[in-house]
Amino acid sequence: MRSRKLGVGDAAFHTLNYAFFGLFTLTCIFPFYYLFINTISANDLSTMGYITFYPRGIHFDNYVSVLKIKGLGHAAFVSLYRTVVGTLLTVGASAFLGYLFTKNEMWGRRALYRGIVVTLYFNAGMIPWYSTMHMLHLTNSYWAYILPSIIAPFNIILVKTFIEAVPPSLEESAALDGAGYLRIFGSIIFPLITPILATITIFSAVNQWNSFIDTAWLMTDKKYYTLQYLLWRYLNESSSLAALIKSAQNLGAVDVQNMQTPTSVRMTVTMIVVFPILLVYPFFQRYFVKGIMIGAVKG
Amino acid sequence: MSVPARPLVKLGSAPGKPGRGLPNKYKLFLMALPFLVITFIFYYLPIYGWIYAFYDYIPGIPLEKTPFVGFKWFRTIAENPTQTAEVTRVMRNTVAMSGLGIVTSFLPAAFAILLTEIKTGWYRRIVQTLTTIPNFISWILVYSIAFTLFSVDNGLVNTLLIKLGFIDEGINFLANNHNVWLTMIAWYWWKSLGWGAILYLAAITGIDQELYEAAEVDGASRFRKIWHITVPGIMPTFFVLLLLSIGNFVNNGMEQYFAFQNAINKDTIEVLDLYVYNIAFSNNFAFATVVSMLKSIISVFLLFLANGMSKWVRKESII
Repeated sequence: MRSRKLGVGDAAFHTLNYAFFGLFTLTCIFPFYYLFINTISANDLSTMGYITFYPRGIHFDNYVSVLKIKGLGHAAFVSLYRTVVGTLLTVGASAFLGYLFTKNEMWGRRALYRGIVVTLYFNAGMIPWYSTMHMLHLTNSYWAYILPSIIAPFNIILVKTFIEAVPPSLEESAALDGAGYLRIFGSIIFPLITPILATITIFSAVNQWNSFIDTAWLMTDKKYYTLQYLLWRYLNESSSLAALIKSAQNLGAVDVQNMQTPTSVRMTVTMIVVFPILLVYPFFQRYFVKGIMIGAVKG
Repeated sequence: MSVPARPLVKLGSAPGKPGRGLPNKYKLFLMALPFLVITFIFYYLPIYGWIYAFYDYIPGIPLEKTPFVGFKWFRTIAENPTQTAEVTRVMRNTVAMSGLGIVTSFLPAAFAILLTEIKTGWYRRIVQTLTTIPNFISWILVYSIAFTLFSVDNGLVNTLLIKLGFIDEGINFLANNHNVWLTMIAWYWWKSLGWGAILYLAAITGIDQELYEAAEVDGASRFRKIWHITVPGIMPTFFVLLLLSIGNFVNNGMEQYFAFQNAINKDTIEVLDLYVYNIAFSNNFAFATVVSMLKSIISVFLLFLANGMSKWVRKESII
């Protein structure tokens, strides 16, 4: 009897559990699907809210016209630039600094490491930050996207914790062979820590790609605008959006059915900004658990 | 988080050819120096800007030409009734959002525990992959998605509700002042739940499997196994994250609230970080600096408090 009762309870538990995760996964992913089918459906149907579960009147005019919007291509380039260059530098710096901070014999190690970690908890504030950036001539400058993000305290912590789990014997034997710190870092440590480097690569790439507040504060010249910032403007300024649609409309002959509307432009730009993340994400996903595990297990 | 660095090789065999050039401790320091300079410039140098808190600063006029007012702006918080009311309102929002965050911080742990109960490998992997995606899109994009789903005229939710006959007219879900705190925490977990679970999944993987086998032999039920093995196994992770969130009690970040704010919900959505941004944007530079200064001081104080608690309870420091 007892085992039978447990069996029923088990089945109920499993059904509920599977159902819960199914539903939650759907709520996570459906919005993206919904957005996508609306950008490729006939715009008049989409505007009236008729597109709910599958696309109708498939066309790609939205993408064609949005990509013609003046400044969008350049903004995409700026976004890509800050993502690639910014990420490479911060990953390199975090790896090297994380390694140096595992060296007990470093002069002032404890204090310096704490000095970096504590910055996770305070910042001087918007105005002091802005005036510093201004003083350093980092307004209206591509450097403003790169330099401040080189030091990422959280990444340094992750790398340091990861290296501490690497068996010291590997390093010792290299040291006996007379290899210096740089050689050991380059030829022994660096290849061993790729899982954590993959993890922080995606962290910083996504951060760079998603930032917009620095653009809002520091850049007045359109030349420095990023995709994310433009999207924010489109979401907030219906007037600029209307002007934009007009300019997009004039560029190509679009039939009435697929006239650009503020909604269609907004959704299409959103899709364009989301797409690279969805594309790159699966390649890095498998490293996350592996990369973070060590930190978690060590607590 | 900080683990005492492992004792390195005996001094004699430390890297570098012995007896040549600088001692290793300075060599290491010099290698780190360029990065330390960058840290100083972008994290510590701005503190100099706190000086604005003590002036009647107006953008465009050099600081030397503006009057020094001492603690005037600090005093307005207590002495000026309008200002007091403002700060109280913003603090209430901040405490509400952080409080809700802490109260619900068991969610990712529960998510991880339940996910490990799913024995179908491919299903678990798909759930894990897809639920972490929202974590990687910006709040601006989340808002854009929310706008698409919940807008009054053609949003999916309103369209469905009208079609199904629940309502006659669209509800403005985004521009309203009801349950803003709950809506915000719901969006927060929509974005971060799957991702937050990863740390716990890693911790669960680290639990000794023999414990479960032994419990099974003793005839322990699923619930008992979870309660007596899994939960204690992930407690250290939970505890560290809890302490970190105490350190971050006044730092809600602003992006989420910034993206979702509008004229109607402003009163209940404005947390400290957003408030600083909003008053700075309306050119009240001095007061914005005062608020961020107090915020940082409270934050560092809370961090040391949390660290002290950690040392006391876990005999280990978190920073």
